[in-house]
Amino acid sequence: MSTLISIDRIYYLIGVIVMMLVVMTLRDKGNPKRYTTALFWFLFGAVFLFGDLLVAQLGKSMAYRIIGATVILISLIAGTGLLSMGSYATSSQAERVAASERHGNWLFFPAVLIPVVTVLCTVLLKGVSVGGMYLLDQKQLTLAALCVACISALIAGWVLTRGTPLQAVRQSRRLLDAIGWAAILPLMLAMLGGVFVAAKTGNSVQQVVTLFVNPDNRFLVVAIYGIGMALFTMIMGNAFAAFPVMSAGIALPFLILGQHADPAPLMSIGMLSGYCGTLMTPMAANYNIVPAALLELKNKYQVIKVQIPTGITLLIVNIFLMYFLAFR
Amino acid sequence: MDSSTLLPLIGIPIVVAGFALRFNPLLVVTVAGLSTGLAVGMDFGMLLETFGEKFINSRTLATFLLILPIIGLLEHYGLKERAQAWIASIASATSARILMLYFFVRQATASLGLIYLGGQAQTVRPLLAPMAEGAAVNAYGEDLPQHIRDKIKAHAAACDNIAVFFGEDIFIAFGAVLLMDAFLKENGIATIEPLHLGLWAIPTALSALVIHMFRLTRLDASVRRDVDAWKASQSTTQQVNA
Repeated sequence: MSTLISIDRIYYLIGVIVMMLVVMTLRDKGNPKRYTTALFWFLFGAVFLFGDLLVAQLGKSMAYRIIGATVILISLIAGTGLLSMGSYATSSQAERVAASERHGNWLFFPAVLIPVVTVLCTVLLKGVSVGGMYLLDQKQLTLAALCVACISALIAGWVLTRGTPLQAVRQSRRLLDAIGWAAILPLMLAMLGGVFVAAKTGNSVQQVVTLFVNPDNRFLVVAIYGIGMALFTMIMGNAFAAFPVMSAGIALPFLILGQHADPAPLMSIGMLSGYCGTLMTPMAANYNIVPAALLELKNKYQVIKVQIPTGITLLIVNIFLMYFLAFR
Repeated sequence: MDSSTLLPLIGIPIVVAGFALRFNPLLVVTVAGLSTGLAVGMDFGMLLETFGEKFINSRTLATFLLILPIIGLLEHYGLKERAQAWIASIASATSARILMLYFFVRQATASLGLIYLGGQAQTVRPLLAPMAEGAAVNAYGEDLPQHIRDKIKAHAAACDNIAVFFGEDIFIAFGAVLLMDAFLKENGIATIEPLHLGLWAIPTALSALVIHMFRLTRLDASVRRDVDAWKASQSTTQQVNA
């Protein structure tokens, strides 16, 4: 069965938006590195626009190799400092205040539409098809719903402000340039995770960690499990990657089988100990680095800095919770 | 322990050192990936293939780009200014109270599975951060220095992260719960219901609520101290200049 808003089409839409930004960047004489900045975004957008086409035409192996080489080029551009902010036709503070007074609280309406429509579509359009065509991608329901929400919000925004579609894209260029390489970091980390899996890094971590475990000291093993989850999550940027390694390496042999711990609280709180690690690492880029860029913070690590006290306190609490709840 | 155990770990010190020395993270990650692959004897072509495959399959991580045009448009027409003016009209609103209210609502809705009701691009950048910042501007004046504004904005981002992380797994079998369930079944422990795994997240969820709310109750006072320190340093520079 075909799909109206499929994930492939969402990728094309993202690709088109990025390419429009590339054209605008090329024409931006206020950007001292406009050619390399444009090339950076062009390569990124190309993966969205032509990625699936490459796979279809050249087969997986060749297409993946080309994209892999593209990724290395992207990281070289960013790594050698060839990205730069440009000049942006932004409205003045006085213009914005005047516009905001003209529109009043209606300005909130399109912004609030994004979450509300996303949730409504996710709930109401699940499994809904018209004329043999699913309205939303059933495998990526939330993303398809988010896409519908963004389009509805854009339409509402155009009607309200009478700005043009092109203007919306033009305004987003300042945001995207501010985010810069951080927009791509989450994808690169997924890639690193893939290499770690292929290299069986998890097995090695497991072997090294078990060197430090004294299986007789119950509290110490629980503490090593919790801290290990947090630390390995900090390295991988993702608790899901740490969970199987630490649980198979420590929790299962030493606690569940060795000491008859209750698996449900141990696993559940073990995973949440990993989440404490997520709060404290730049590797969780989409949570910690992208927001710092979105909010135009001077220090890219400030969100992490603010989260560390909560992360550490909660990790300690988690270790005690595991100890008392898994051995009742 | 021989080298075949340690070689796959080579990426880890590279990542740690790379971040510590403030190299560009994209470069750090690429170098770590290349070194790990080559260290365990993958050939370069296969390594490129893994790079490409994982990259193209993680494109969903970039869908927040879709939100940027509408946010850009609304900000062009004064969304941020509106958020700040609206907050100024509520006399009892302070940065910390706004963040506490958001934290509570966000964690409660996330626990019911409504994860996408908020988010860094959807709600923090256009609404929450300007409101929390606006409340402080309202209290201390338009010349509030950037480093204090940044601190409040960083707190807004942190609020969203912490509320979602420690809310999301409770009542709806979300990704993490399914992963745990699969792991347990794979290892021959089949007696656990996914719902139980979710419910055991409640003690941590409540602890997160208490810990972070406690920190937020102290935020207003901490901002006030920062403002006092900044004013004191301002007046000393003025005296020196005079």
